[in-house]
Amino acid sequence: MAGHIGMRSATASAERIRSTGEPAWVRRLLTGIALLFLALFLLMPLVLVFVEAFRKGVGVYFAAVTEPDALAAIKLTLIAAGIAVPLNVVFGVAAAWSIAKFEFVGKNVLTTLIDLPFAVSPVIAGMIFVLMFGAHGWFGPWLSDHDIKVIFAVPGIVLATVFVTFPFVARELIPLMQEQGTEEEEAAMVLGASGWQTFRRITLPNIKWGLLYGIILCNARAMGEFGAVSVVSGHIRGLTNTMPLHIEILYNEYSFTAAFAVASLLTMLAIVTLIAKSLVEWQAGRQQPISQTTPHLERKAA
Amino acid sequence: MEMKRRSVLPGFGISLGITVTYLSLVVLLPLATVFTRTSTLGWAGFWSTVTAPRVLASYRLTFGASLGSALINAVFGLLVAWVLVRYRFPGRKVVDAMLDLPFALPTAVAGIALTTLYAPNGWLGSWLEPMGVKVDFTPLGIVVALTFIGLPFVVRTVQPVLQDLESEIEEAAASLGASRWQTFRRVLLPAIGPALLTGFALSFARAIGEYGSVVFISGNMPMRTEITPLLIMTKLEQFDYAGATAIATVMLLASFVLLLTINVLQSLSRRQTA
Repeated sequence: MAGHIGMRSATASAERIRSTGEPAWVRRLLTGIALLFLALFLLMPLVLVFVEAFRKGVGVYFAAVTEPDALAAIKLTLIAAGIAVPLNVVFGVAAAWSIAKFEFVGKNVLTTLIDLPFAVSPVIAGMIFVLMFGAHGWFGPWLSDHDIKVIFAVPGIVLATVFVTFPFVARELIPLMQEQGTEEEEAAMVLGASGWQTFRRITLPNIKWGLLYGIILCNARAMGEFGAVSVVSGHIRGLTNTMPLHIEILYNEYSFTAAFAVASLLTMLAIVTLIAKSLVEWQAGRQQPISQTTPHLERKAA
Repeated sequence: MEMKRRSVLPGFGISLGITVTYLSLVVLLPLATVFTRTSTLGWAGFWSTVTAPRVLASYRLTFGASLGSALINAVFGLLVAWVLVRYRFPGRKVVDAMLDLPFALPTAVAGIALTTLYAPNGWLGSWLEPMGVKVDFTPLGIVVALTFIGLPFVVRTVQPVLQDLESEIEEAAASLGASRWQTFRRVLLPAIGPALLTGFALSFARAIGEYGSVVFISGNMPMRTEITPLLIMTKLEQFDYAGATAIATVMLLASFVLLLTINVLQSLSRRQTA
């Protein structure tokens, strides 16, 4: 039924476009220019990664992605994302619950502050943790007295990753939960459900697509972060190199094929992210007739 | 209503508590270190650091290249959004999905891919270089990298506005004798203006902080192709923390001003579409 109505309005709008539209040659020209621009800036870099990665054959490719330093980098990337994503999911759900379901003073300020990490250059994001935990930082002397390493070690990488991926989940959930209001949860509570039951049975099913979308974006950024992690890592091979840092080292050593081989793994992750995102948007659009994908895209952009 | 809401739903205290605590620990406290560390420099020291010739050259490059790339993205982003919303062609859905690639692709990967593409023996470089256009290791290369990074912003802010636009006003303009170009300039452009400006500002804001995609293609020559985030990185590597934080303070202030501008623009654009 819904599909039928959608189809009808699409034809109607297509007819209307025709009455006010451009001549065919203008349409073709504009489409051509747009596609050429996208081919140059999006498609070519994407294709190039795979061409360069397999330039010396499949054997070299697999050798490059399975050598010990590459495996260590993959492992560290998975650890960093594995810690950062769950932390930011818990925070994102808590932040969205408090901001969307309750009224309180300073709500707008809080919402703006959550966006802050997006406005900060990755290099500065890494720097602030050096200022806090580095040898000359606030906690530096105390940490070295207790023999704890944060900077140039795994904890620093995790912290920097948590910072740069901080807003993703919250940003997806806040507008979504605000739009959904509180009536359903209130009804559940009045009918005697506990707070946890209400959250699990009412809120969670309502927000699942938005949540998934936030997790996908958060994970992509967590695994791909370069600038912030570069500042705190110290680039110790096999120990504090994440995949993007490993790519940088290989590239600077002129091991281009190996660099692109590791890069191709992250590129595949990016493609999977885009596909998953399209699927989630499609699902969300099917379940909720009110288009929720538009504010998502708009908000995510920042 | 408000009283009822507060009394019925549980978990306000704990969820707000988690939010504020986590926000303070992960974001606010670390960011505060920038300002406390800068203040140890004193005003004179701060001023001489942030106005040194090499630093000034990096601002010019960073803001200039960011402006250039944001302008390119405003023009082509509008065109891409227009084509995607108004025209039907095979593969439109795939193109639409692919547009977010710069958000999903790690910046380091984008950096090495673009550098290889525009190198003298690269797919595009081998073709451009004989024409006298050098992209890698020049400011033009930085503009290319920043254009890639900021590409989705304009498209994704303009697209929904263009989609929701009522075709009645266009029909009215056409029936009143306006040419297609006049309708676009006088009717459509004002309607999508705030969204276009928002996308431009978002693209610009993203570009000034960008590091990963730029450092490979720029060649990083002081005074010539050294962007400000790289200068901060260099100072950190030399353990000049005070200098790094001073420059970071300038960058942060610029980013905060942009963030505020974007918020104002977004509420403006929301009001216009409402």
